[in-house]
Amino acid sequence: MSDVVLAARNVAKSYGAVNALKGVNFDIHRGQVTTLFGENGAGKSTLMKILSGVIQPTSGEILLDGAPIAFENATHARDKGISIIHQELSLAPNLSVRDNIFMGREIRTATGVDFAEEARQAQALMAELEQDIDPLTLVGDLRLGQQQIVEIARALSVDSRILIMDEPTSALSASEVEVLFKVIRDLTAKGVSIVYISHHLEEALQITNHAVVLRDGTMTAYAPRRDIDLNWIVRNMVGENYDLGSPPDVTFGPDALTVQGLTLTGAGGFNLVDNLSLSVRKGEIVCIYGLMGAGRTELLETIAGRLRPKSGRVLLEGVEMGGLSIAERIETGLALVPEDRQRDGLVQTMSVGQNLSLASILRFTRGLFTSRRAEREIVESSIRRVTVKTSGPGAAIGSLSGGNQQKVVIGKMMATNPRVLLLDEPSRGIDIGAKAEVFRLLAEGARQGLAVVYSTSEVAECLSIAHRIIVMRKGRIVAEFGPDVAKEEIMAASGEAKAA
Amino acid sequence: MSQKNQSFSLGRLLLEGRAFLALIVIVAVFSWLSPNYFTLSNFLVMSSHVAIYGILAIGMLLVILTGGIDLSVGSVLAFSGVMAGAMMQGVEVGTSVFYLPVWGVVVLTLALGGLIGAVNGVLVAFFRVPAFVATLGVMYVARGIGLLQTNGLTYNNLAGKPELGNTGFDWLGFNRIEGVPISVIVLVVLAVVFAVTLTRSAFGRWLYATGGNARAADLSGVPVNFVLLTVYTLSGVLSAVAGLVLSSQLTSAGPTAGTTYELTAIAAVVVGGAALSGGRGTVQGTMLGAFVIGFLADGLVIVGVSPYWQTVFTGAVIVLAVLLNSLGSASARGR
Repeated sequence: MSDVVLAARNVAKSYGAVNALKGVNFDIHRGQVTTLFGENGAGKSTLMKILSGVIQPTSGEILLDGAPIAFENATHARDKGISIIHQELSLAPNLSVRDNIFMGREIRTATGVDFAEEARQAQALMAELEQDIDPLTLVGDLRLGQQQIVEIARALSVDSRILIMDEPTSALSASEVEVLFKVIRDLTAKGVSIVYISHHLEEALQITNHAVVLRDGTMTAYAPRRDIDLNWIVRNMVGENYDLGSPPDVTFGPDALTVQGLTLTGAGGFNLVDNLSLSVRKGEIVCIYGLMGAGRTELLETIAGRLRPKSGRVLLEGVEMGGLSIAERIETGLALVPEDRQRDGLVQTMSVGQNLSLASILRFTRGLFTSRRAEREIVESSIRRVTVKTSGPGAAIGSLSGGNQQKVVIGKMMATNPRVLLLDEPSRGIDIGAKAEVFRLLAEGARQGLAVVYSTSEVAECLSIAHRIIVMRKGRIVAEFGPDVAKEEIMAASGEAKAA
Repeated sequence: MSQKNQSFSLGRLLLEGRAFLALIVIVAVFSWLSPNYFTLSNFLVMSSHVAIYGILAIGMLLVILTGGIDLSVGSVLAFSGVMAGAMMQGVEVGTSVFYLPVWGVVVLTLALGGLIGAVNGVLVAFFRVPAFVATLGVMYVARGIGLLQTNGLTYNNLAGKPELGNTGFDWLGFNRIEGVPISVIVLVVLAVVFAVTLTRSAFGRWLYATGGNARAADLSGVPVNFVLLTVYTLSGVLSAVAGLVLSSQLTSAGPTAGTTYELTAIAAVVVGGAALSGGRGTVQGTMLGAFVIGFLADGLVIVGVSPYWQTVFTGAVIVLAVLLNSLGSASARGR
């Protein structure tokens, strides 16, 4: 046991009646990567917060180098050499890369802050991460992936013995992930221990030395890397069939959505969506695959009416959508489930029921007032339809797990009875069980004649329920495949480096 | 859902209604200090004072629920009073002077208030001017126009003349129905109308959604810009109502009336448990907040505390009430 630097023994954490963790044992080995697998709500983040001192366990103990220790707060844990990269970015967008990296730990001299030294170190960190980012750039001007790099650089700058990474790659491109993995290997070679959490199972398998699987707050499996494979992880995570489904057997109807020559110009003057044409038939499921920045989000938001195109037409069952507002498009049957459910999907101050009924509110308004009974019917049938796990329609939206929150956003748009449903990365940040349920829901919709368009950045998700796979690159459609295509072909078409 | 709400309503009232507790404490303390405080007639008089702030606070609540703020309400109140006063003096068209009936004056004044509110709304919704800045500017402009209109003076003659058919302006401020001052009845009616609108209409839901997350509301088909325009317009109309009530109570209309009333209205909303970030707050809470501030101020006058101390007390109560609220929500999170 001498190589275990930090260990959790029988750690439990409960919030009121909810047991987030039920007596978990967890070892972190010196100079190795331990990956924690588990669905949303399995207790991964809770365990990591306990290990990094952010919260205190209800019972159980933490052993640092074999001796029991009780972290008072995150600073205490950091002083002991434990730092964490949180899933949500915690950067100040109004400050530069340099200032963010040294926030709260400024290098001081007698006369103030030694900005030159800070800039030099920040530059060195960027070089280590193979990023060409000027340390004086404002973080707000960086794209999401680069911001994540800055977050990582900040954690690296502390010289921790134990580094916890909670979903560090969710916004990174394939080549940036490669660089991160190189950095992780360098760190472990120096004796730094890494705890890694990711929903990208295959990616995590490339880097990890040990795998630990959590389910419902208990540890269900532990094994060193050499003894396991992808199926082993998924089996232990889900404990049941995890098939993402296959294209539903439907006869396509006439064209539901038609896009002709759509062009959207970005702030820089170049085209985010470049003269793109596409048509989707009733009952058809189309997957749009592409890397970050390929224009998927922009395409879907333009179709939904959020962004105004420079030219081109959008038709719903032959009816021009051009001049219509978002509300009018929803009314006509064109709905979008946005990519970022926290920012664009949910109203955090409202209950689960109010969120579910928000888009369809005029359907249960009689005269001046909403009909409570009609609303309850819509909400309850939505909860059943999209199988939201909640204590009731009055529950706070924040009390749901990520997957269930996503189902609420989908249920909200489904309640408007759309004819075309657009979903931007519907599987982002949700676990494999919830993914399967979301895809089952879409397949069910297609069987009833709904036209579905969803985007994704995971090839495996294209090869599930989609009848047709479209690959986007630089605002254009560069390839179109049937459901039997090989993963490598899709990735090669998208320009993904590792597919070459 | 509704059943659940009902069963928890008492507990929730106590939890979110720290303002309610404050109100009881205030009434108890002053009743003990002064024998004149705890009488029906005093409560009615105090309520008629609260009516002004309360009406402003309803409009302020609507704006704050969307995550905005309306600093112009005090100025719009004065502007509306002055405009009503000017119309009562007769409207010159060419060489002849027309005298509008009082109901005409009221309708036009409300329309003017709404117009100024709509200017706020257009600036905020369509030109994306931050609400604080837009309404700060309009606050100065409205105040300035009021001063220009009267040259800094006050209209004292609002009674009208029977032969001109424009008497009755003082009805709002002086008359009573079944002993209850009209201004209090106006406040109650407005409070009920807006409470029902917020909880039971689609517009109310849109308002909460806009304040909770405007982007998500927009993508859900909520007409966010329409909501913003409407709440600022309504705030302007309600300021005009308050302006009419105040000038009727004083039977005079001065351009410097209502100075810093916007802050009192904000205080009432905040004491009533609304979040300045938007999305949280109720009319009931805001009414409690307005009564806490009004009953405290009048109580201090009745027991003869110096006006300087009154200001200190009012400030302390505002901070205390909000402090209790944030402590409450912090402990709720801790559980």
